[in-house]
Amino acid sequence: MAEIVLNEITKRFPDGALAVDKISLDVGDGEFVILVGPSGCGKSTVLNMIAGLEDITSGELRIGGQVVNNKTPKDRDIAMVFQSYALYPHMTVRENMGFALKLAKTPQATIKEKVEEAARILDLTQHLDRRPANLSGGQRQRVAMGRAIVRDPAAFLMDEPLSNLDAKLRVQMRTEVSRIQRRLGTTTVYVTHDQTEAMTLGDRVAVMRTGVLQQVGSPKELYDRPVNLFVAGFIGSPAMNFLSGTLEDGMLRTSLGDFRLSDRLRREVESSGSGRSVIVGLRPENFEDAALVSADARPNGITFRTSIDVLESLGSDVYVYFTHGREQGVTAAELDELARDSGRADTGGSGDTVVARLDAATRIREGQEAELWVNGRAMHIFDPASGRNLSLAGDDGGAVSVQPAPGAAAAEAAGRDEPAATGAEGTVDVQAIPGQAGPAGEAT
Amino acid sequence: MAANTPRQWASWGTANLVVIALALIPVLWLVSLSFKTPTAVLDPSYFPAQWTWGNYSGILKTSQFIRPLINSIGIGLIATFIAVVLASMAAYAIARLRFPGKSVLIGMALLIAMFPQISLVTPMFTIERALGLFNTWPGLIIPYVAFGLPLGIYTLSAFFREIPWELEKAAKVDGATPFQAFIRVIAPLAAPGMVTTAILVFLFCWNEFLLAISLTSTTASRTAPASIAYFSGSSQFSVPTGPIAAAAVVITIPIIIFVVFFQRRIVAGLTSGAVKG
Repeated sequence: MAEIVLNEITKRFPDGALAVDKISLDVGDGEFVILVGPSGCGKSTVLNMIAGLEDITSGELRIGGQVVNNKTPKDRDIAMVFQSYALYPHMTVRENMGFALKLAKTPQATIKEKVEEAARILDLTQHLDRRPANLSGGQRQRVAMGRAIVRDPAAFLMDEPLSNLDAKLRVQMRTEVSRIQRRLGTTTVYVTHDQTEAMTLGDRVAVMRTGVLQQVGSPKELYDRPVNLFVAGFIGSPAMNFLSGTLEDGMLRTSLGDFRLSDRLRREVESSGSGRSVIVGLRPENFEDAALVSADARPNGITFRTSIDVLESLGSDVYVYFTHGREQGVTAAELDELARDSGRADTGGSGDTVVARLDAATRIREGQEAELWVNGRAMHIFDPASGRNLSLAGDDGGAVSVQPAPGAAAAEAAGRDEPAATGAEGTVDVQAIPGQAGPAGEAT
Repeated sequence: MAANTPRQWASWGTANLVVIALALIPVLWLVSLSFKTPTAVLDPSYFPAQWTWGNYSGILKTSQFIRPLINSIGIGLIATFIAVVLASMAAYAIARLRFPGKSVLIGMALLIAMFPQISLVTPMFTIERALGLFNTWPGLIIPYVAFGLPLGIYTLSAFFREIPWELEKAAKVDGATPFQAFIRVIAPLAAPGMVTTAILVFLFCWNEFLLAISLTSTTASRTAPASIAYFSGSSQFSVPTGPIAAAAVVITIPIIIFVVFFQRRIVAGLTSGAVKG
């Protein structure tokens, strides 16, 4: 067991392409860190560099305190699980799992013992003498895990280990991977492009885009305090909604309604260099059926009327989709990339569709006009040019305040128990995003 | 192929029969000749009127044929072994690595395969005489390896390309040196390809006639196909048709056995189950 330290690791391919640009990341002993990002962001390259399967162009890589830049994979004491499992087809499950030990000249009896122990953990005992070709996808995946476990290595590296499984098995194995990692307490770096896996598995998540590390933090922190548009759009399912907004007379005008910004945030926006236009980010759960919002909570947000295009009921929640005709689509390079990654660009679905997650008790119907409420406290404001999250800075109190919706109760009381609305209560000026001292980091 | 009408069956069947017949009639004729008595050789009937083992027992009694047969097997196996080992290393490098001069190497291999051997016979004869390789096993093994290599490299690199690269990565992470990864993981998976290559190279060595007859002078190293040309009849004026036919049948049998025996392994395709699907 060991910590892995990446210090300004850079990878430039012989053809000049820069795959990874100065990544610095500390993976603590026994920590489970997820590298996540869209395809082609360089996350697998990082993993291969840690494994020693790719050369490091510049920077320093330390495993367990030792610089291993120039060490071959066999001298790094790491085990890797591949996306394709990479099981040796000419060997039985037992031989597959014992191969590394055999190469290390471990005594036969020890190999047998360790392999059988791992097989017991992974429920593979009755398959030990079969070959990979005769196993199901899930079993093969477990053999690949077993091959890593028997070695008792300094670290596990996993390269999208679940992406070849069907949806149901993936969820099952996800729990399994998490359970095994906790049981063994081995330092793990896990690469995935699936943000759900990233959110559910990791102690910490590192989001990458085009070879650059965007943000590292606990899943909660990434979700609540994304540093830029890319992280905000990548983390969360369904994704955060983005609307364009303009700053006029200290008010933030959006197609949903007007929000009053705190002085600090207004200055922040004005000095950001993008003039007066911003991108507003709202998560689906920041919306609610106005009829279900308590009078206490109402002043924290605004209500608006819209017609519902599509309604999906999942039993526990209801998702509604609506568009704002006046809305001009939000454009930013980072959002374009996210759209490409999710395939939205190809299917022609417009980025202006807003998704809202409502309580299952809602009576809103598809195709009808409905009144929705949106929580202003949870709003993120991004600089369209740099993508930076402007609402993050400082713990100076209010970031976004809300222009009370017409007819809203004037009385103010304790805020409704909204997921993200953890700011100071009982005031109009609310802090949009919980500060560092908030729930962030609790998962570590 | 789902719905074959009887009409299709009939037409395909007829076509197949014609092709098989065209291929087999000369072979069967050869077999028939080998069983005819010396006096019946000129008998135009397809099947011998009187069957005899005389031709076979005749050629198998004389060292004029037994010794070349041993030469053929020995030279063929050694040349095949060397060629497959060298070709698998070269093919692995070509399939997996990027190195300067790779395209030159591929081009050279192709050039050797295309080179007209007849133009090499005279220089090789002179060189081998000077080096003392003339009429020895190495004198044939070396050129056979040279001509078998391009064939081997081309066949094997196709096989290596199909082996998932992640297997090699996995082996390296498991603690294998590049050589161990090759020997323990890649080579076993390429075994069907190696067997295929070995068969092809062996067939080439076994059938080779031009070099065999040019670079040998006695039965010390003459191979079976070349030795048939030196068969003599019972008298100066009789043609040894029967023994030649029998010898031809004898040297064909190992090939048939070889192919039938290894065909299964070629088809088996060991790589299934390595990766998903």
